[in-house]
Amino acid sequence: MAINSIDSSKRTRLVPQNFIDGEHSYTTISEILAGVVLNPKPPTVWFVATGLGFCVLNVMLLAVTYLVLTGTGVWGNNQPTAWAWDIVNFVWWIGIGHAGTLISAILLLMRQSWRNSINRFAEAMTIFAVMCAGLYPLLHTGRPWLDYWLFPYANTLGMWPQTRSPLEWDVFAVSTYFTISLLFWFLGLIPDIATLRDRSQHPLVKCIYGLASMGWIGSAKHWFRYEQAYNILAGISAPLVLSVHTIVSFDFAVGIVPGWHTTIFPPYFVAGAVFAGFAMVLTFGLPLRSVYPQIKDFITEKHLDWMAKILLATGLIVFYGYILEMFYGWYSGNTYELALVYNRLFGPYKWFYYALIFCNGIFPQLCWVPQLRRNVPFLFVLSIIVGIGMWLERFVIIPMSLTRDFLTSSWGYYAPTEWDWALFIGTMGFFVFLLFMFIKVLPIINIFEMRDLLMKNHHQFGHGHDGHENSEEAH
Amino acid sequence: MAHVADESPKLFGIVAEFDDPDVLIEAATKTRVAGYRKFDAYSPMPVHGLAEAMHFEDVRIPWMAFFGGITGCCLGLGFQTWIALIDYPMNVGGKPLFTWPQFIPITFEATVLVTGLTTFVSQFALNGLPKPYNPMFNAKNFDRASQDRFFLCIETRDPKFDEASVTEFLQGLGALDVSEVPA
Repeated sequence: MAINSIDSSKRTRLVPQNFIDGEHSYTTISEILAGVVLNPKPPTVWFVATGLGFCVLNVMLLAVTYLVLTGTGVWGNNQPTAWAWDIVNFVWWIGIGHAGTLISAILLLMRQSWRNSINRFAEAMTIFAVMCAGLYPLLHTGRPWLDYWLFPYANTLGMWPQTRSPLEWDVFAVSTYFTISLLFWFLGLIPDIATLRDRSQHPLVKCIYGLASMGWIGSAKHWFRYEQAYNILAGISAPLVLSVHTIVSFDFAVGIVPGWHTTIFPPYFVAGAVFAGFAMVLTFGLPLRSVYPQIKDFITEKHLDWMAKILLATGLIVFYGYILEMFYGWYSGNTYELALVYNRLFGPYKWFYYALIFCNGIFPQLCWVPQLRRNVPFLFVLSIIVGIGMWLERFVIIPMSLTRDFLTSSWGYYAPTEWDWALFIGTMGFFVFLLFMFIKVLPIINIFEMRDLLMKNHHQFGHGHDGHENSEEAH
Repeated sequence: MAHVADESPKLFGIVAEFDDPDVLIEAATKTRVAGYRKFDAYSPMPVHGLAEAMHFEDVRIPWMAFFGGITGCCLGLGFQTWIALIDYPMNVGGKPLFTWPQFIPITFEATVLVTGLTTFVSQFALNGLPKPYNPMFNAKNFDRASQDRFFLCIETRDPKFDEASVTEFLQGLGALDVSEVPA
């Protein structure tokens, strides 16, 4: 008993803060969060954003249709740059997705209860971002209707995919990542869908939510197994998310192109992914807070502050990666690696490199100032700049190395075409459209985990009835 | 409690409604101590300590996940080995066919995939979901079990079940309301 009380006091010490602002009860939490979905009249901004997303989504459909009808030649890719925006954007999108898994799985395992209010929405981002990402390699195969060839299936040709290739690893990594993220997301949604089922008035709406809730009744026995399953999924998602971006980085690191063949790639890609992903959580989370002011009690300034701190930390790791890349180039003494360092600094794409250093290395340092970490307009600008910076990082890695490799005769210059732009901007529309549709249909904040947080707050801060004041000073 | 006994003959159980998770834990403990076995508690979020109070334990999901993982791992590694060594051997510069380090990424992904699918499916299977109809939905006020209220239901299949005594017992637990659940 004595040991127990000491242990629990240490644990509460780790999270000494209350992550719910204002006075809330289980009733108000359910009302506010389900109300965002069940409100028959969404705010005007919702219509504007969804409409805009839908229009831009059509640009994507146009770009895909034209590409499929014509061929990948419509892109700017050509020798020596066989990989260009398609893979830049693939890596960028998949990196954005990673914050969702980090927030929902890794922070869950670390008992970071502040994640409860941002995980749902970040997980949705993960799924939509992976959808956008997956589109690029699938289209880049040139004949997307034969993409099932990527999977090992018994075929009349008697052939199998080459499982020694990082590109084949990608197929498995990304498809597993998408599947597991979807399962994890859906599992997390079930109790909340049950809340929506019980709160909705319209019989058809009730019926749809009723079917989707799988008949969830909140039985203690069900919760027990549910939490087991949820934690196991979190436990496997954590190494999964690390493996996905590691494997994505293998696409480059296993190759011998100058600037790609380094061991720093896996950790530096993973950190970059989290960096970009948290930036995207802020890019969408901040406008959401102003469109739905009622959720400000749940996504508080403390959350913004902590997210900014994570941005700063992962940004520093990424910056360290940039410095090490330069160091490796110099220290290797290899002519081609040295030439790459020179080209980054003084080559045809040097401004991209300088912009990258500014966006990811210099600008995020402002997060050291505590007032700025809670300043919404600043954070929004920061998140956009980091998003651009992470895109530049992939651009610097990919076309910059490919256009300046071993033989001067095979040097070249890469520029995107209008169809590269159309597809890239189109996927953004796709992402925005899906995200806003999600906001209208499913709760953006995990309702049952907010109730759980409230219960913990009651125990911790004594709003409830049982006196745990003795755990204040136990050591 | 006033409206007991003259309804349909089919009864699923007697339910008590609470507004606090800690009271629910206490009630579950008392119910178990009183000797009831076929009862369940319902809450809008996982209440830690409730399963313990009910003496409920089930370790099948972690084990299923574990064996799912082993299966995925064997499938992943075995399939790649079979392709590389037996069905489609390819001589790449005289290098060995069994290049196991290069099989690790897909083996890992297969492990995760099968573990995840097993966990997901077994959660539903063991919980008996999806189940569109559940007698508990007939319970009074039960739509709040997914929002802000906590319920404890002693079912008729409990050997000790007796309508009058169960009702009286539940009323003694500090419930807001006690009512019957038609099956």
